[in-house]
Amino acid sequence: MNTAEVREIIARHPEPEGRVAAILEEIQKKYRHLPEEALRIVSGELGVSLTRLYGVATFYAAFSLEPKGEHLISICHGTACHVKGAKNLAERWEREVGIKEGQTTADGMFTLEAVRCLGCCSLAPVFSIDGKTYGGVKPDQVPEVLGEWKGGGGR
Amino acid sequence: MEITLNGKSVPVQGEATVLEVARREGIWIPTLCHHPGLPPYGACRLCIVEVKAGGRQGLTASCTLPPAEGLVVETDSPRVRERRKVLVQLLLAVVRDAPEIRELARRLGVEKAPFKPPEEKRECILCGLCVRVCETAGNSAIGFAFRGSQRRVSPPFGKAAADCIGCRACAKVCPTGAVRFEQAGDRLTGEPWQADLQVARCTSCGRPLAARLLLDFARKKVVCSDFEGLCPACRRRKVARSVKRRG
Repeated sequence: MNTAEVREIIARHPEPEGRVAAILEEIQKKYRHLPEEALRIVSGELGVSLTRLYGVATFYAAFSLEPKGEHLISICHGTACHVKGAKNLAERWEREVGIKEGQTTADGMFTLEAVRCLGCCSLAPVFSIDGKTYGGVKPDQVPEVLGEWKGGGGR
Repeated sequence: MEITLNGKSVPVQGEATVLEVARREGIWIPTLCHHPGLPPYGACRLCIVEVKAGGRQGLTASCTLPPAEGLVVETDSPRVRERRKVLVQLLLAVVRDAPEIRELARRLGVEKAPFKPPEEKRECILCGLCVRVCETAGNSAIGFAFRGSQRRVSPPFGKAAADCIGCRACAKVCPTGAVRFEQAGDRLTGEPWQADLQVARCTSCGRPLAARLLLDFARKKVVCSDFEGLCPACRRRKVARSVKRRG
């Protein structure tokens, strides 16, 4: 984490109303989590108590206090995906990547997360990697997709 | 302005909420998250009343309901009583042993909670009084964190409360006794915040006075240089002596 970078992010949001979430979002994007030190800087600069910031950081699923992996794999467990076998898909992912949902691989490459709906139920079952959506997938297709992302492709 | 409470017309004398009007009129409305020194919050819902006319009809929290001309409110209708019972049953399921909640249950005729208690024992009902009083009178050392079933009151990062000044306001307002401060020797500890503070002693008699940080904090807010660092007994003695001298 770089103090100057955090200050730069804060400086981009001069309007006092509703900037906390926007600032935290940028910090989250940059460091893939909200470092404690960054929250301390935000608290000092904005005059918002660290307690409040901790509350915001833990309330929203988009924020994380632990570093997330370079690639975020979101497996949809919405109603349609659930019916179409999201559980099997998730288990396959867990096996292939070697972690449970909610965890990050030791090398920091992948984070597996369970989400409630990606908003494209007609494609169920669905997962997305860094925002790229894969619909109508079978568990057996997981190794191939993983291979693409491991190889630096995917995007 | 006048409103109708339980069939009786009563004047509004500048009160901001129906709860305040009712309490002035001596009508009992239970609350757990309300404190006259703090803004209304509407968390515990125990103060629900039934609006019959003059506003949106139905059950609503009286602590956040502003009085309006022609408002007709029932504070103890069968619907209100029934709903309050359920609320107390839910609270009882979470914190079985808190005296204030047991007393409420007794008064509302609730004997048993039909709800399954949470797996881990809890003492907090998330009324938010401690959080709000810490923001207002204290130093924002504790706040709400996480959400849903994980929601809890915590110092930042779940660590020991670094900003706690040991004013104990949180322990004072907590309705369930979930916050406890203990003073032993020169240390004041507060749970569950993992607060650990140095206690200052009276500069005259040496008795433990209050957390050192609290005195520093108070010094910034009020001027009382004559009594600085003195315990209440020594302060009285000092005042008495000065009065005698003037005598």
